[in-house]
Amino acid sequence: MGKALAPDQSNRGGMSAFRQSVEAMIPALRRYARALARDADVADDLVQDTLVRALRSERLFLGGDVRSWLYTILTNLNKNRRRSLARRPQFMPLSENNPDASGTEAEGRDIEKALATLVEEQRSVLLLVMLEGLSYREVADIQGVPIGTVMSRLARARAHIKASLEGTRPALRRVK
Amino acid sequence: MTDDRKISVTEDELHAYVDGELPAERRADVEAWLAAHPDEAERVQSWRTMAELLHARYDAVAQEPVPKRLEIERLVRRPRQWIYGAAAAVLVAFVAGSATGWVAHGAASKPSVFQAFTVDALDAHRLYVVEVRHPVEVPGNERAHLQAWLTKRCGWTVFAPDLEASGLKLVGGRLLPGPNGPASFLMYEGASGERFTIYTAKTESGETQMRYAAMDKDSALFWADRGVGYVVSGGGDRDRLTKVARSVYDQAEKNGI
Repeated sequence: MGKALAPDQSNRGGMSAFRQSVEAMIPALRRYARALARDADVADDLVQDTLVRALRSERLFLGGDVRSWLYTILTNLNKNRRRSLARRPQFMPLSENNPDASGTEAEGRDIEKALATLVEEQRSVLLLVMLEGLSYREVADIQGVPIGTVMSRLARARAHIKASLEGTRPALRRVK
Repeated sequence: MTDDRKISVTEDELHAYVDGELPAERRADVEAWLAAHPDEAERVQSWRTMAELLHARYDAVAQEPVPKRLEIERLVRRPRQWIYGAAAAVLVAFVAGSATGWVAHGAASKPSVFQAFTVDALDAHRLYVVEVRHPVEVPGNERAHLQAWLTKRCGWTVFAPDLEASGLKLVGGRLLPGPNGPASFLMYEGASGERFTIYTAKTESGETQMRYAAMDKDSALFWADRGVGYVVSGGGDRDRLTKVARSVYDQAEKNGI
């Protein structure tokens, strides 16, 4: 796999295999970034920065999993971004319970709000596992922590989201 | 009813079960245990619902058409754009002397690297030419010391060319971080306060032809010679810039650098 993904190995339409595999990841990166950062513009900024860094490092990339690598860059960039914002006030969307909103929209808002209450590492673990479908091992590598830490972050994140969803909209509990 | 003590299930195992990370041989145990513990089964089910909610909310993002600014081709053409952040949105308008020059001549086999290098130099130019009090670390009246210091730190012979013929006086110089180690940065000033800078740094490009790049109001001529890249930056006057750059090039030749 490593070899197949290394730059300049193959060329289709003038684009290296490396660039093709980066390009294929853009939709998933945008999804992850949107859920992670919540603001659409900030999310695409993160994706753009991630792509630029990845492309700049093309020659340093000696094979391996492009996907994990891109998630790692994005996760780290977001961490840095949040650090630089740390002393500024955090803006949270006003919780308007629009009665006209469809059930799906309302649910979407609820999960968004619930995500917003998580600490950064927990949100990242939760999204990488539940939304992006990465393995515990991959997430451990992305966050640079042992698998045990990933699992405890995941457990805490799930408990927190569950409580948050039940708190905001008990009627939505589909759970029997 | 199954005996709990035999198959007691941990919290980690419940998560691993939902996430498909549980060893196959353990699945039946967990399922049996959940059947006997409805509260826990409900909790596990709530995690599945959570995953559905996440996908329902965010999968649409992955279906959206990719915005133009995230297209690989554009990003490759504009290295370093990220440094300005989205808010500043100062786009690097790269006008290579001949649009196809980068690839066609084969002089710079890694065009993006050399382009990024030039953008580094232009960034430094823009950052320091506006400085009134501290444009340089070592002033131009200490030319010998400046040259010796930069040569020692950079590892190639750095010399400050005499540009009096172009109406420019040496303001001084400073050391900067470059793409592959240190970079030298020299500043010159003309009669009406216009400033030109010369940036040199190690480059893998070996030798290249002189090329032109423009970024906002500033422009640069750059080339590589014997593993050292030169970027001469100035304002928008391309003719004057060319004259200055030629003079730098000629003197570098003569000095055998």
